[in-house]
Amino acid sequence: MIESWGMVLTLACFALFSFLQKKTGKIWLNPLLMTAMFIGFILMKTGIPYSQYKESSSILTWLLFPATVSLAVPMYEQLDLLKKNFSAIITGITAGTLTGLACTVVLVKLFNFDFSVGVSFLPKSVTTAIGTEISAELGGIPSVTTVLIILTGIGGNMMAGLLCRLFRLRDGISRGVAIGTCSHAIGTAKALEMGQAEGAMSSLSIAVAGIITAILAPLVSKLL
Amino acid sequence: MKYLFQFARILIFCIAGEALHYLLPLPVPSGIYGLVLLFAALVTGLVKLEQIKETAHFLTGIFLILFVPGTVGIIEHLETVKQIWPAVLIAVVLITAAVFGATGLVSQTVLKHKAGRKQND
Repeated sequence: MIESWGMVLTLACFALFSFLQKKTGKIWLNPLLMTAMFIGFILMKTGIPYSQYKESSSILTWLLFPATVSLAVPMYEQLDLLKKNFSAIITGITAGTLTGLACTVVLVKLFNFDFSVGVSFLPKSVTTAIGTEISAELGGIPSVTTVLIILTGIGGNMMAGLLCRLFRLRDGISRGVAIGTCSHAIGTAKALEMGQAEGAMSSLSIAVAGIITAILAPLVSKLL
Repeated sequence: MKYLFQFARILIFCIAGEALHYLLPLPVPSGIYGLVLLFAALVTGLVKLEQIKETAHFLTGIFLILFVPGTVGIIEHLETVKQIWPAVLIAVVLITAAVFGATGLVSQTVLKHKAGRKQND
């Protein structure tokens, strides 16, 4: 048990913040954000190296693999919805991915970043494994991309409810594709909470947006 | 035992996904290959929903907590983030909102258009 202290600490903090968020309904009490900040703070104060925490919580990271594969189940459970609305889903994801790439190019130009930093921003909305690979291949800095991807995911997860109201998205399909396209798996965790249609569409969007980005990012990177 | 077998079935698709990742020269991670393979297996009836359902729901239900160790890892890159934080903030808040809006509004418009056309038929 002692060698898994990181996992135990993570579970305890996460449970506490989930409870607090449920009680208070406060968006900023997001359990992923608060748990990570709390543990990060403890590590920095005590001087325990991150690598030690990482090792002692490695089972959680390892479970990401079967959990990602399991997203096929919510998708399959909504197969009819998926088939019927296929064109709307694909058009939406493509529009969103293009918007993201275009906005990122503008941002990088505004800040006048070096190519290596700029290209690290490009795959920020897709799932970590695809994003870091794209970044490395195009000459970016994978660790910067990882940070951006995780923060984007947390941002999407926290803002999902708010953005659904802001853009007046009323059906589960549009909500789900919007969440999955902008904030990959971390956003999808929120979509799964919102409803079955949302969860299924968001899961599908992770794969589709990831693949579209992998195809377009090399072309877009020429603009940087 | 039931859940153990369900988990084992899911792991088979993880291994198959890993194999594809090594065999094919595409920038697609093993998790996405596994997802696509499992989805295909469910659609074709090779795997029945009951054979994996509860464990898959459990795993997708705990998704958020699985990202904690990776997120804590940001403390290793605080120096880099400090140098570019205004751009990071804009990317994380504004661009994420823009992608959300574009995706959601376009798919909602296409859905409404299709619904309208069906009513006219």
